[in-house]
Amino acid sequence: MIRKLHLATSPHLKDEEQTAHIMRELIYTLLPVLAIAVYYFGFAALWVVMSSVLGALLPEWIWKREGLKDGSAILTGLLLGLTLPPGIALWIAFLGGFVSIVVGKLVWGGLGQNVFNPALVGRAFLQSAFPIAITTWNNPGGWTSLYYPSNLAMPFMQSAHADGLTGATPLSIMKFEGQSSDIMHLFLGSTRGSIGETCGIVLVLIGAYLLYKKLINWRIPLSILLTVLVGSSLFYWMGTGFANPLFTLFSGGLMLGTVFMATDPVTSPLAPRGIWIYGIGIGVLVLLIRYFGGLPEGVMYAILLMNAFTPMINRFVKIRTYGHKK
Amino acid sequence: MDNLIWIFISALLVNNFTLTYFLGLCPFLGVTSRLETAFRLGLANIFVMVITAICSYALNEWVLPFAPFLRLISFIIVIASSVQFVEMALKKLSPDLFRALGIYLPLITTNCAILGLALFSTNKGYGFTEGVVYALGAGGGVTLALVLLAAVREETRLLDIPDIVKGTALNLIIAGIISMAFMGFAGLFTTV
Repeated sequence: MIRKLHLATSPHLKDEEQTAHIMRELIYTLLPVLAIAVYYFGFAALWVVMSSVLGALLPEWIWKREGLKDGSAILTGLLLGLTLPPGIALWIAFLGGFVSIVVGKLVWGGLGQNVFNPALVGRAFLQSAFPIAITTWNNPGGWTSLYYPSNLAMPFMQSAHADGLTGATPLSIMKFEGQSSDIMHLFLGSTRGSIGETCGIVLVLIGAYLLYKKLINWRIPLSILLTVLVGSSLFYWMGTGFANPLFTLFSGGLMLGTVFMATDPVTSPLAPRGIWIYGIGIGVLVLLIRYFGGLPEGVMYAILLMNAFTPMINRFVKIRTYGHKK
Repeated sequence: MDNLIWIFISALLVNNFTLTYFLGLCPFLGVTSRLETAFRLGLANIFVMVITAICSYALNEWVLPFAPFLRLISFIIVIASSVQFVEMALKKLSPDLFRALGIYLPLITTNCAILGLALFSTNKGYGFTEGVVYALGAGGGVTLALVLLAAVREETRLLDIPDIVKGTALNLIIAGIISMAFMGFAGLFTTV
């Protein structure tokens, strides 16, 4: 008799959603971003993303093999690939995927235990190891172009082809020449930049879809974007030479980082108030690095820094359990 | 005033002693297993650094012009005696803190971060106020680094870390990632 009773602790209402399901959903939502990237940058974008996905899968295959089943390694590889410039050498993208998974995830004990976002760990590693390659931005070549010559560069060798078709991203032009770019280009994505970051409008739509499906916590994008919007409006309104708020919101990796990286449930705080602190922190750091730092873009560093602060936020801002007073 | 703010922020974030210069790594790895102790060591660090800044200014101003070859040794003696002073004061004022810091207060005596502070601030030709602000920034930066690493390390105790990286290896990896994140501050407030 007693065996027929379902005995379990709460929660009793469970969804069918499993980790693998969520990962698959996120991977599907990234595919339109990749498609747009192929439209603008050609198949180079596809090769770079595929290299970083392969680089992410290799260590999983060697050591844990869990990430192969639930798709988390593919997701990390995809996210990393989308933050790289389209003209980067494929072996660098592969190495980045490898480092992402090993240093960003496996040494922490696997999925759900890492403190830092794996894709951003890989990107930060590449940024320190290959500062030139990762800041060389090719012109969008159109979907007919098969690859950029710099994609085929080999390790420890000088690239045979001198690439003439590179230039600065809208953010660097803003930073070093003080010139804003056409907002329309930033919405549509026809600018230089990382593979997945240029097309603002698609990222906003995907963010809205993820919010609708409740796959990401609404507080994170809201707090980040609100902070950046308010902060950049203040600067724009008070001083001269600052970018206008729309430009700041849609340039660089802010949208990509806000929708896909900062919202990682593993590396963001648990309590709602903690999440607000986290999001505002990211917004402030993005503005600090972009407006006053030496680098044109700081979304990656802002998110990594707030990831580092997350254990401390979790420690001091606890979820109020039911029945306890504040 | 602008200059002082810049000195502070530069020492706190851009040229963080621990995460950018890699000075004072022994307490960084040794005392960061608990957030509480890490924070206290950080405070002790700030205190010693401020005293060091004052003493090194005095030495640099009145003693070293006559005997430049005594620079290193006199700095070390100043640091050692100032740490002794902190230790005695702590023993009297806060026995709990004294017990919590234990072996690590004398360790600060031979801490490269503190000798580094004395050398950097005299090399940069800082005056008295600048030196103290620099010490506050540097101490704050060291505290920030200690506290950040300690919080992450406390979290890792709950994790299923593979044996191969358990312990110092993982701590160094965490420190490396935090250090990479701090590279984002490079060039802060210099290109405005």
